[in-house]
This record gives sequence, structure tokens and C-alpha cells, in this order.
Amino acid sequence: MQNRATPEIYGLMAEFRTPEALVAATHAAKHAGYSRMDAFTPFPIEEVIEEIAPGDTGVPRLVLIAGVIGALSGFALQYWGNIIDYPLNIGGRPLDITNWPSMIPITFEMGILLAAFTAAISMVVLNGLPQPYHPAFNVPRFERASQDAFFLCIEATDPLFDRSQTSQFLRTLGPLQVTEVAN
Amino acid sequence: MAQAQPLPTTPQADTGDLYLLPGETYTTISQKIGDVPLTPPLKTPRGWLLGFAVAFAMLMVFFVSVTWLFIRGVGIWGINIPVGWGMDIINFVWWIGIGHAGTLISAILLLLNQGWRNSINRFAEAMTLFAVACAGMYPILHLGRPWLFYWLIPYPNTHGMWPNFRSALDWDVFAISTYASVSLVFWLVGLIPDFATLRDRATNIWVKRAYGIAALGWRGSARHWHRYEMASLLLAGLSTPLVVSVHSIISLDFAISQVPGWQVTVFPPYFVAGAVFAGFAMVLLLMIPIRQFYGYQNYITLRHLDVMAKVMLATGMIVVYGYFMEVWASLYSGNTYEEYLLYNRINGPSAWAYYGLLFCNALAIQPLWFKRVRHNVPALLIISLLVSVGMWLERYVIIVISLQREFLPSSWDLYVPTIWDWSLYLGTFGLFFTLTFLFIRVLPMINIFEMRLFQYQENERRRRREHATHGDTGRDIVTGKADPSAASAD
Repeated sequence: MQNRATPEIYGLMAEFRTPEALVAATHAAKHAGYSRMDAFTPFPIEEVIEEIAPGDTGVPRLVLIAGVIGALSGFALQYWGNIIDYPLNIGGRPLDITNWPSMIPITFEMGILLAAFTAAISMVVLNGLPQPYHPAFNVPRFERASQDAFFLCIEATDPLFDRSQTSQFLRTLGPLQVTEVAN
Repeated sequence: MAQAQPLPTTPQADTGDLYLLPGETYTTISQKIGDVPLTPPLKTPRGWLLGFAVAFAMLMVFFVSVTWLFIRGVGIWGINIPVGWGMDIINFVWWIGIGHAGTLISAILLLLNQGWRNSINRFAEAMTLFAVACAGMYPILHLGRPWLFYWLIPYPNTHGMWPNFRSALDWDVFAISTYASVSLVFWLVGLIPDFATLRDRATNIWVKRAYGIAALGWRGSARHWHRYEMASLLLAGLSTPLVVSVHSIISLDFAISQVPGWQVTVFPPYFVAGAVFAGFAMVLLLMIPIRQFYGYQNYITLRHLDVMAKVMLATGMIVVYGYFMEVWASLYSGNTYEEYLLYNRINGPSAWAYYGLLFCNALAIQPLWFKRVRHNVPALLIISLLVSVGMWLERYVIIVISLQREFLPSSWDLYVPTIWDWSLYLGTFGLFFTLTFLFIRVLPMINIFEMRLFQYQENERRRRREHATHGDTGRDIVTGKADPSAASAD
């Protein structure tokens, strides 16, 4: 913590020309001991994701919970509606729990419905989106990050971060440019 | 790399063994696909305007048909007792079947890690949504009092009543509304990173803002990609059983009844296969002209057409198996009505439909066994068209022939569709094509980020091959030119 950067800097951003160069750079930065960093790429690169964001995303657990809640509530809805609240003899079908097979389709659909919505919404919310402003957008040429450029950002909150040393380190990795990211 | 490069205008020679023709880079992919929706309004291609005008005129036919239906009721159609389900249900099943190929391409092929789906999945998913929109119209319009359609949805009401959850028709309500919602969510999630590309490529400030809002501030962070990929995978895993359940449930509309020819256990798998079969035919029918018009032969190659034709052949053969099983079931049933159904199909007043369906769905697809045919674009177009007709005839055979001559000969009657049946069918084409034309105008019709990912994976594969044969030459894999930055980074 002795090399804390001035707070107006978000971090240092290096731009790479190829995904292969970014993979190598991410690996090198990790090896050098940097921990608070992020990469910005036009498509998901597995090797980079493994270095920067290993582990659990939190999404699958929520999806499972939502799916179970959806299915249970779907079943409960039918049980309440057709068996408890307004039992109606249709085609001689039993008016008790032995009628469960005819409740399976709606139970299943309700489970899928809730799980799918949860997958999408939890992905967006856990990612902190929608977020119109982010310091990364201040970097020149950052608009290429959604097209054909590959960025690696070492954030100022990293314990090893030092404005000049980190910048020098990034320059050894063969980037097109290294930029300070205004906060 | 960053500057705009002149786009190759002539397509590369396509030998039919590549999913992505050489000469593409991340830049050209972003540019060629991203710039179509960003074309300024005044530079809209004439062909698009013409197509949209035709589609829009057909949409007006839809509105006229629906208005007349609302005024006069379902009596304007050819349905009556005994055929109470006519073209409304035929077209409903036909349209929803078409949608299923989209989900198969986007979900099942994602789970199976088939990278080639990346260049067709966006379009196929859009096709799913629009086809489901057309399909969803029919059961509602067929209700008689369509404005009371919300009675099908369970909600606490002053009647103190509930929908009959034990009816296959109410299962339909849940299956189709879930299918439409989940397909929409899957499609929108896939669009988020592409909205970011469009935001960053747009030059007009208002266009930039519009796509920027839709992009939710997407910046391509590795952490975001991690969750994004997980969510996509989960959505694919949820959509896969969903799509199978939807058409199975639709087949149960028939299969749990007592009508001869409907009560067959082979119906659910046979309907699902038929849906995918019809859907792939429609994808080919739409993809072939569009890849030509927009010059996307580099992304949607002959190899794509080849594999789609193979899927069509495989699902077609499953459907043909279903036809055999239907014949066998009626012969083996020992039931007069079931046996008569077979006789009625091959010898009755609507036998033309049965022979037509056998020709279109069983015979016309057989040339697809040959690679020469699968690589012949006009032949594929004709076969896809025949399959689309054939699958419509299949539903006609199942619904109309069975109902025309049911148990009581005294109530036998013929079904003759009226002009309003046909105009509504034409009108749903208007709805479908209007939405399709709007989609290809304002949204990227190929998934841009997945194409870049596919390019990356192809590069990796090629690099590994070259390492194995020549060793590292230090040359850029994509362009074949010396690439100092890549070499220094390694």
C-alpha cells in the first residue's frame, strides 16, 4: 500500500493488437503479482477470463433457485385452482393429487420461465449494468474494444500499483499504447 | 488495423469445406455486419425498400382480414361442424414449427459446441420470434371472442373461476407464452455486445445514443464476459428442453383426444422432428437470398448450406418414419375407425393432400443425400420450398382429413377454406416479412461478437496446424502478412 496512486487515476490501460498478445500480457501481469485488473475485449477469450475472473459467477445458483420456485408455484397454482378452489369434473379426471400427471406440462413451463428470466436478469444486475459511465470509456480508441482492439487495465487500487513502474511494466509487454485512465 | 479498409466486393471462391472464408479479420467482420444497420435512412438499398413495401402491403391484408373477422366472427372462415379446426390451427402449427429451427440453432447447437451456428443463429432466432408472433395470432383469433383471450390466463377474477389446467389447450397457453418470452430474452441477451459495437461504430449522435441505451453500458470487461457466457449457456440449457416440450405439448392437443389419426403415441417426437424439418427449410429459404443480397457469402458459406441440408434430411427421415408409424398404427389397431382413416387418406376426397405431402416431405428430400445437390444453391431453394409446402400439407392431412370423416357418417362433410382463410394466411406472411425486413434494417442480422469469436477459434486451430507442420513462421495467420506486433508479443 506504500505506492498508492493519486485518487484521480482509475488505472493504466494498455492496448494490444491481437488477442494472443493480450493473453500473454494478462498472464505476465498476473505473474508479476498484479491482482486488480480487468481486460476489455470484443469477444469472450477463455484464457483471459480464467486469469482475471476465475471461479463462481453466482448466476447458476440463482437460476436453480428460481427454477425450483417457478416449478413449485406452477404446481401450486394448478392444485389450488382445479382441485381446492373450484373443483370441476371434466372428462372424469380425478379431483385429487392422483391427477398430478396432467399438471406436469404447466409446472415444467413455469420452472423454465422463471429460470430463464433469472439467468438474463441476474447476469445484467450482477455485472452492474446498466452503467452508462465507466472510466474505461475515457481511454482514446476505447471504441475499438467492441470491434478489434484488446485492452488490459491495471487498476489504481492494486496494492502493487505505481504510476511509473506499472506503466513501464506494461510497456515491456509490447502494447500499441499505454494510457492513464482518468477517473 | 484500426482504419477502415476497403471491403472485398467479390466473394472468395467457396470450395464448400470452410465455415468462414479466408480474408476476414475482426475489423472486417465488425465493419461488414455492423454497417448494414447503421446505413443512413436515405441510403437504404432499393431492394430492401421494395421488399418492405410488398411485406407492408401484405400486413395490411392481415389487418383487413382481422378487422372483418372481428366484425363478423369465425363464420367467415370455412370451418363448421365436423371440421372445427381448419386453416387457423393448420397455420398455427405450421408457423410455430418454423420457429423451432431457430431455437435448435441457438440453443442445442450451442450446447453441442458447434461454432458454425454463430453465423446463422441471430437470424434464425429472429425468425423464431416472428414465426411465434404469427402462430400466436391464430389460437387467439380462433377463440370466437378474441378480446376475451385473457380468460385463458389464471388470475383472481370476479367469476371466481380458473382456466381448465387439465386441458392440452391451456398447456398450449403456457408453453407458447413461455417459449415466446424465453426466445425473446435469449435473443436480447445475445444482442447486448452487438449493441455496444453499433454504439461504437455509429457516427450520428442520436443513433449512437439509441444503441448506447440498448447496450446498457457494455464495455467488454472480462468479468462481464464470464457471467455473460454462463448466462448464455444456462439459457441454452433451458431452451433445449423447452423447445422439445413446446411442440410435444402442441402435439398433445391432438394426441390426447379420441379422434382417429390423432390418438397416436408417435405424435410428440414426430411433431418435434417435423418442426425442426420445416424450420430448417425456412432458414434456408430466407438465408439464401439474404446472403446473396448483402454479400455475406464469406460468413454463410456453402458448408453452412450443406450442414443445414443434412439436418433437414435427417429430421425429414424421422418425419417419414412417423408416416410409416401412422400407417402401421392404423393397420395394427384392429379398430374400424383407425383403419378407415388410412383408407380415407389414400382414397378419400382429400387424398391429393396426402400424396402431395408424401411427395414433398419424403421424395423431394432424397436428392439431399448427394453432396452435389447440397452444394447447389437453386436446388436447395426448390427443395426447401417443397418442404415448406409439404409440412403445411402434413398439418392439413392430420387436421382436416381426420375431422372430415369422423365416427358418424351422417355428419361427414368436406372442408373448403374461404377467401378469408387464405387472406389471413397471406396476412401473417405480411406480419412475418415486415418484422423480418425491419430486423435486418436496424439490427445486425449476424451475431458480430460470436463471428469474431469464431474467427479467433479458427485462427487458433490454423495456428496449431501450422505449428505442427511448418513451425512458427512469425506471419499473421489472418492476413498472411508479416505481423511485427504479434511476433513481439509472443
